[in-house]
Amino acid sequence: MTDAEIHARPKIVGARVKRTEDPRLLTGLGSYTDDRQAARVLHVAFRRSDQSHARIRAIDCEAARAAPGVVAVLTADDLSGVTPLVATSRMANYYATPISPLARGKVRYVGEPVVGIVAESRYHAEDALELIVIDYEPLPVVIDAEEAVRDGAPLLHEDAGTNVLVAREFKRGDVDAAMEAAPVRVKGRFRMHRKTPVAMEPRACLAEYDAGRDALTLHSATQVPGIVRDALSAALDLPGHRIRVVAPDVGGGFGGKGSLYPEEIFVCAAARRLARPVKWTSDRMEDLTCNSQGFDEIIDAELGLDKDGRALALRADVIGDVGAYSIYPWTAALEPVQVVSFLPGPYRIQHYRGRVRAAATSKAPTGPYRGVGRPTSTFVMERLIDMAAAKTGLDAKEIRLRNLVSADELPYKVASGIVWDKSGFKECLNAACEAIGYGALRAKQEEARAKGLWFGIGIASYAELTGIGSRISVAPGMPINTGTETANIRIDSTGAITAAFGVASHGQGLETTLAQIVAEHLGARFEDVRIVQGDSAAVPGGTGTYASRSLVLAGGAATLAARAVREKVLNAASHLLEASAADLVAEDGKVSVAGTDRSVTFREVARAVYSEMGRLPPDARDELAATKTYDPVFGTTTSATHIATVEIDPETYEIKVDRFAVAEDCGRLVNPLIVDGQVHGGVAQGIGAALYEEVVYDDQGQINTASLVDYLVPTACEIPSMQVVHLESESPTTLGGFRGMGEGGTIGSPAAVANAVTDALAPLGIDINELPITPERLFRLIEAARARGKT
Amino acid sequence: MSKTRDIAVTVNGARYERAVEPRLLLADFLRGTLGLTGTHVGCEHGVCGACTVLVDGDSMRSCLMFAVQADGCKVETVESLGRIGKLNTLQESFHEHHALQCGFCTPGMLMTATDLLQKYPLATDNDIRDGLSGNLCRCTGYEHIVKAIRAVKNGAAR
Repeated sequence: MTDAEIHARPKIVGARVKRTEDPRLLTGLGSYTDDRQAARVLHVAFRRSDQSHARIRAIDCEAARAAPGVVAVLTADDLSGVTPLVATSRMANYYATPISPLARGKVRYVGEPVVGIVAESRYHAEDALELIVIDYEPLPVVIDAEEAVRDGAPLLHEDAGTNVLVAREFKRGDVDAAMEAAPVRVKGRFRMHRKTPVAMEPRACLAEYDAGRDALTLHSATQVPGIVRDALSAALDLPGHRIRVVAPDVGGGFGGKGSLYPEEIFVCAAARRLARPVKWTSDRMEDLTCNSQGFDEIIDAELGLDKDGRALALRADVIGDVGAYSIYPWTAALEPVQVVSFLPGPYRIQHYRGRVRAAATSKAPTGPYRGVGRPTSTFVMERLIDMAAAKTGLDAKEIRLRNLVSADELPYKVASGIVWDKSGFKECLNAACEAIGYGALRAKQEEARAKGLWFGIGIASYAELTGIGSRISVAPGMPINTGTETANIRIDSTGAITAAFGVASHGQGLETTLAQIVAEHLGARFEDVRIVQGDSAAVPGGTGTYASRSLVLAGGAATLAARAVREKVLNAASHLLEASAADLVAEDGKVSVAGTDRSVTFREVARAVYSEMGRLPPDARDELAATKTYDPVFGTTTSATHIATVEIDPETYEIKVDRFAVAEDCGRLVNPLIVDGQVHGGVAQGIGAALYEEVVYDDQGQINTASLVDYLVPTACEIPSMQVVHLESESPTTLGGFRGMGEGGTIGSPAAVANAVTDALAPLGIDINELPITPERLFRLIEAARARGKT
Repeated sequence: MSKTRDIAVTVNGARYERAVEPRLLLADFLRGTLGLTGTHVGCEHGVCGACTVLVDGDSMRSCLMFAVQADGCKVETVESLGRIGKLNTLQESFHEHHALQCGFCTPGMLMTATDLLQKYPLATDNDIRDGLSGNLCRCTGYEHIVKAIRAVKNGAAR
């Protein structure tokens, strides 16, 4: 086959293939954790702390134990055989906090599980909740992160001796001298309030225990079955081959299902103790109070520029409110440290210093939430760039063109140490401006302003690291390697192809995209490939799906393993076809002798290898299977520019996002349909983060946003139609040229919306430096600006 | 709490007679008692819309109804639509337009959209968005869902 013929044939990778997952999910035949039935299953309800910080003096469970349908009532004392887990880190100035299935001695946030009731039905379990009496001794609240880091603040974890669980500094050059010398300086105090992921499926887990083998199977709505398996092995002191963790169909995650949870340990311990299946399904109140939450930083930042608007120096001081525990396995460093490591963004900045402290407070722990650190770092940096544009009189696009790292400067080492590989920063900016008609929008804005209307345009450019390999920790200092991924591909004796991975799709469509890659490199038909994932038993070592890693890493492993199996198929087929393997072509599930009509199907090859006597010499009967591990070592850069336009109602201060354009470089696309969907969903979450979503705790640590009436997730009415442009520049550093893109939508959009609202209100001189920008906050800012104008 | 009431509900064309506790939610009756797990429970307080079913032809939150309130009613769930290999037009359009990702909100979206398509002209995409405002989706940003419903309304599912 000539090169021209190879390029002419329809490719599976890059095609808008409809998803394999869809038919079952569209017909109600999906299999989510709570859908799973188990004989004699017991149901759990947790009595959770209603105190934000208190010592547990006594727990009286007698009445609950006697309630109808109750089988067991368990406290921390009943689970003393479970080893607490600790999210360790190599970072200096880090204090780990042990995690137990139930609170022991103290409670540290409202919602922390204290007692688990196991009953014949969830109705019975919940009936008994109120019969438990817990005697608490209230302790001083630790709510405000700035107060928590002060000397003498009440301590949440006495053993740590401080509420500062992490302190870190990144620096390059002499930032203070460069800042003093800078002719243009802009600064601000920025606030990104706490979010919660709100996957539509609440978390759930079901432990089934095989007493004869002392073996557990946990079905869990998790993104990380491999991490959970390894953690349970340590907590329960069971070898991995006696614990299987399955993430079946999972209804979204966004990071909220990306950590180990106390409830997962609890149901396993309870199932083992009671020798019956034990299930817990979260309700939405538990989801909103106890799932890992996101973001929550205060950032004081300053940018110094020359008189032409070129950035010279950047310095920032960040306090991250990480909640009550250092989450497993990511640690409390995950979110706030990434704010300072990514703050310089895709810009050329010589002098930098970023300091960060992670403060423990009596709130639910923070953990990964889509974008991790970068929605906040991008919000801050893009606001500073726009503030600099206003000060220098430059247009928002022009100042970015002057500061974005150019193609000829790549690879570029950012002041914080991250290296950007080849990626089109300016190309994304130009493409987004072209897509949305930036010039025409500025003209429209002039007309709107002449009429006294508030109409604004906001730009945000960013870069992120995705698909990161073994040389970089996903969370700074985290000792667990997340940088490799294994694929096991096999053709069985019926000719069926199964490809198994350690990743765990929870909406990304990996059953489709990975099958595309396997089919392409194996020469199989797409519909003949079955993907097994979301199962700790699939490969010896795996973690799951998070950090925009799965397509890059599993795609690389799939490519390597598919090529290896293809070689074996060709070797066996060469005997059947009596031709040299070099003359054979594998395509569409068949092996053909190039230029002839002689061929055998994969199924025939498989039968010859495994089942039929005498068709192949012994040395050609090697099983049609291969296991390969892929490691992108460092990972790759993904970049984008987002542009939003907003209109603000002058009476209600409602902010309406009118238009939204994204130009992104996510490398080679495997399935454009799925990439578009990922961008749309990410942008919608970012608009939510910018305008509506905020977890609110009162000054006693009670959570005020424990329902979806109080925590506002955008509906179809708040999200505009979006334009998405793909700049497909193949990554030079990953196999297949793929880049990760699952999180980017959420990284750029909060900043774009904040800049658009600021731009709309430029005549009043208002800076949007706090998100979400609710109508109330906007009202206060506008009133203050008008008061300033009158004096 | 243990007293039960006898009810008869027609679900997806089949009549079921069961003795249920008065406090049993319709959603739990469908999922637990009848094993129809296609109806999903996302919030149990009537906001997210994942549990939407049709009761006597109108879309309802099955988490805000007790099973006893459905006594004598006709209930349709996602399982009443097309089957694998024979999706109905709306399901096929969702498949074609990638209108689902994790799939958890999807049964509620499909039942709400079924109701909307039967009752309203849906002249503009904003009408579709208004009609979907009681159904939360966290994955898709709604873009492809609106497109999928628009295609069905325009008689061009493909």
